[in-house]
Amino acid sequence: MASVSLSEAEKVYIMHGVQEDLRVDGRGCEDYRCVEVETDVVSNTSGSARVRLGHTDILVGVKAEMGTPRLERPDEGYLEFFVDCSANATPEFEGRGGDDLGMEIASTLCRIFNNRSSVDLKSLCISPREHCWVLYVDVLLLECGGNLFDAISIAVKAALFNTRIPKVRVLEDEEGSEDIELSDDPYDCMQLSVENVPCIVTLCKIGCRHVVDATLQEEACSLASLLVSVTSKGVVTCMRKVGKGSLDPESIFEMMETGKRVGKVLHTSLQDVLRKEESLGPERPKVGFLG
Amino acid sequence: MAGLELLSDQGYRVDGRRAGELRKIQARMGVFAQADGSAYIEQGNTKALAVVYGPHEIRGSRSRALPDRALVNCQYSSATFSTGERKRRPHGDRKSCEMGLQLRQTFEAAILTQLHPRSQIDIYVQVLQADGGTYAACVNAATLAVLDAGIPMRDFVCACSAGFVDGTALADLSHVEEAAGGPQLALALLPASGQIALLEMDARLHEDHLEWVLEAAAQAARDVHTLLDRVVRQHVHEASIMLGD
Repeated sequence: MASVSLSEAEKVYIMHGVQEDLRVDGRGCEDYRCVEVETDVVSNTSGSARVRLGHTDILVGVKAEMGTPRLERPDEGYLEFFVDCSANATPEFEGRGGDDLGMEIASTLCRIFNNRSSVDLKSLCISPREHCWVLYVDVLLLECGGNLFDAISIAVKAALFNTRIPKVRVLEDEEGSEDIELSDDPYDCMQLSVENVPCIVTLCKIGCRHVVDATLQEEACSLASLLVSVTSKGVVTCMRKVGKGSLDPESIFEMMETGKRVGKVLHTSLQDVLRKEESLGPERPKVGFLG
Repeated sequence: MAGLELLSDQGYRVDGRRAGELRKIQARMGVFAQADGSAYIEQGNTKALAVVYGPHEIRGSRSRALPDRALVNCQYSSATFSTGERKRRPHGDRKSCEMGLQLRQTFEAAILTQLHPRSQIDIYVQVLQADGGTYAACVNAATLAVLDAGIPMRDFVCACSAGFVDGTALADLSHVEEAAGGPQLALALLPASGQIALLEMDARLHEDHLEWVLEAAAQAARDVHTLLDRVVRQHVHEASIMLGD
């Protein structure tokens, strides 16, 4: 369910709890729920990841396809985002019902990830003005349990980490026409550096405090939230206010500081998990949706 | 596809299976907490998720309500990254609509819809990875999801595909075998009564051979039933342990 409706009494209960730094599920204001990350779950993609954050379930697949560079950036590849809010998450999304939310998330993701400071777009270029790799990042929303943006950004980062792009060579013959040769060895591929890929931390304003990783119930109590994208070094790369309420400037700065602090910790633990999974190699037993 | 031998002289298929052999099936019920019923199935490299909501009040226009039985509403979508070449839209194209209709037909035959008049049952299936036999995987996943939701059914619905190559009927076609373009049969079976809930056949096949292909598909569907039954029993057993019985 994309949203829930709560009674006045339930809202008051949650708000008083947040005031005392004690949330309904026992967390403090700056604690995340348990995050489960698994990479390489869909074998016909270049890279994929599944993230479960509480009841939020996200599957991301990255497919690398050959395309032509954009005119304004002839020596760079690019990323394309598509978010499918499937009817699995809630019957409201049936047919075209999830398109609006999908568009909103996709454009936010595009603004955060598709630039030179997050991903090394130059490495995606094969021959300037002619050929480049286009990474289609497709996000599939399987269940909504609050805090979609954070879960999606974690899944996108994990999927980009898992992405393997085949190595290609550009051969030029006598007449000057170019030919692209794909490596025969399927293991001869390049990996993207995800060092600077940011994660999104959403801070929900509840009463006069703010919480990270809000559940659906907490989101129903909050009027406005701030979305901050933070890199592993704690640099804020993007910020956006979402929700129907308003925020005062002072609390925005407070929330930014929290976002930086929480984001750094989030990055460290995500990197650890990804490295550990990578070190197990192809023998790692795949759990996927069966576990 | 010339040059590719779908069935070797020794009777083995491209992926090493015998003619009537199924791919490995793994399934799990109760994948999601918010839906009324959910299930996940892997048949070889084909992976599908099914979610069931309902029976609930009719959503949208009330005029769709049926006075004597429940409305079964199905949506098929396949993830943009599920196929070898990227798809542009997950649902709404002709193939997805057709699949949705077929699923609806199949499940209207199996669910005891007369028990829930004026209500609606939603079945949503999502293919995560497609490697042949997507219809069969969707039906099998949806059966488990409907069972997980506790909606009364006449029987399991078990589906399997079959093809015909060099005078031999092959069960459970993979993508390579489907792409070769021979005759293909999709069958959904209610195994206890042996009734057929859906039968679809494309390409040309001699009438004399139909019986063999049909029998191969039916046998495969009965094998699927044995496996699904095991999954359901395992799930119920685990659930009863959790409840402390």
